[in-house]
Amino acid sequence: MATVETDALGAWVREYARAVTEHRDELTELDSAIGDADHGTNMHRGMTAAVAALDASPPADGAALLKTVAMTMISKVGGTSGPLYGTLFLRMSGALDDGSPAAFAAAFRAGVEGVVARGKAELQDKTMVDALLPAADALTEAIGAGQELDTALRAAADAAARGRDSVTPLVARKGRASYLGERSADHVDPGAESAVLLVEAAAATLGRS
Amino acid sequence: MKKLINDPADVVDDALRGMAAAHPELRIDSEHRVVFRGDAPVAGKVGLVSGGGSGHEPLHGGFVGLGMLDAACAGEVFTSPVPDQMVAATQGVDAGAGVLHIVKNYTGDVMNFEMAAELVAAESGTEVVSVVTDDDVAVQDSLYTAGRRGVGVTVLVEKLAGAAAEQGRPLAEVAEVARRVNGQGRSMGMALTSCTVPSAGKPTFDLPAGEMELGVGIHGEPGRRRVPVAPAREVAEMLLEPVLADLDFTGGDGVLAFVNGMGGTPLLELYVVYAEVQAALAKAGVTVARSLVGSYMTSLEMAGCSITLLKLDDELIRLWDAPVRTPALRWGV
Repeated sequence: MATVETDALGAWVREYARAVTEHRDELTELDSAIGDADHGTNMHRGMTAAVAALDASPPADGAALLKTVAMTMISKVGGTSGPLYGTLFLRMSGALDDGSPAAFAAAFRAGVEGVVARGKAELQDKTMVDALLPAADALTEAIGAGQELDTALRAAADAAARGRDSVTPLVARKGRASYLGERSADHVDPGAESAVLLVEAAAATLGRS
Repeated sequence: MKKLINDPADVVDDALRGMAAAHPELRIDSEHRVVFRGDAPVAGKVGLVSGGGSGHEPLHGGFVGLGMLDAACAGEVFTSPVPDQMVAATQGVDAGAGVLHIVKNYTGDVMNFEMAAELVAAESGTEVVSVVTDDDVAVQDSLYTAGRRGVGVTVLVEKLAGAAAEQGRPLAEVAEVARRVNGQGRSMGMALTSCTVPSAGKPTFDLPAGEMELGVGIHGEPGRRRVPVAPAREVAEMLLEPVLADLDFTGGDGVLAFVNGMGGTPLLELYVVYAEVQAALAKAGVTVARSLVGSYMTSLEMAGCSITLLKLDDELIRLWDAPVRTPALRWGV
């Protein structure tokens, strides 16, 4: 069974940085509709800085790698995406046990629970949590059922996308989008979209070695 | 996009460089993007720190100085500053009497200031009290929203709590003044045009000719209702109606009436609005004891205004009249 090595986590982070750069305008566009038009710019700035930090001083292990990403997001991004993505990577770093797929799934779940705690958001509030929680559930379930990591991550990415889509018709209840009331309905949540990209990046990189 | 900038990525740093050059009485930490009072930390005084996304100038950096803030953290445009900046600001103004964080109620600002307060407590044991401003009546305050936004009342909190701190009052009392001001103030804003975040390069929202946005926020986030453009008299009434419905401003020692420009509206028009506000308040039985008219909390080049009313008492009137010397607000010195 494939394991999650430090290099694979690095590839995940780099792929995510590439994806948020590719989708930068789209994320900002989504944020213009129901937020403050900076999500793409912020995620691009933060993830680019995270990759630069990894290049500047290669981390010793997976936990150190995730912590570098976390501290960079917290220090460079601001807004809500900095503390929330920072918390996700920081909790993952603290929970990462060994390179087994089950350990990765547990760490990912710990990261997502950190996001829930920091942002005080629940399912259906129309935030990144609506993509992340279903992804964590799908990942845990698939790994528990003995599936290979790449198959499990594919299921997680699909669950994240379904979660994002399921809240698109809803009225946002957290963050700046909540100020819009009914007018936030029928818009894709930008945080949920960037969270889908994160899980997609994992599916594209981890478990492939 | 037509803007007086060099590069969209450098807007905040370039502006801070300009502030430092124009105001030698301030000390600017360009690494952390913090504007400090030149004489901070002031011995025996509670330190006042605020901050937020850039694009709202003169808020907050323009309110650093005697009788107001000790330090202000500048984030990217419309993006909260990060905890490192708030930690540097807090430690730089701490003279042993504790530090008050004045935080506008936006999810990002609240989250980053919370993380900073945790870090400061762990690192140096500095006592930090946070007061969150949330005066925007355009937003429903419920469990199902992020709560009301902090808008115009933030300027008044910085002035009044700043005056209380300047008198040498302890942290608990300064925080109480800040909370009282927030509790007794309400605001409502409107926009005639959108604004363009430099890094985004195009307007945050479309506002067709002939329409205006009621209940707009200070980040170009659209408001709750779009209505046809109306004369200033009617706009003043539309803004005052929900403010007056939310809190009883009659009686007592009168109110402070604050007409704030959003960045793209000339002072000429703000005075037109102020005349209508004063008249409408007289009709509603509300006495104006103090006033403030000008662009103090802006949303880049957005055209429009907000109205803030603050219920005054003797003490708040004395604090309002107390000396202040900052780039954007100065009297009595």
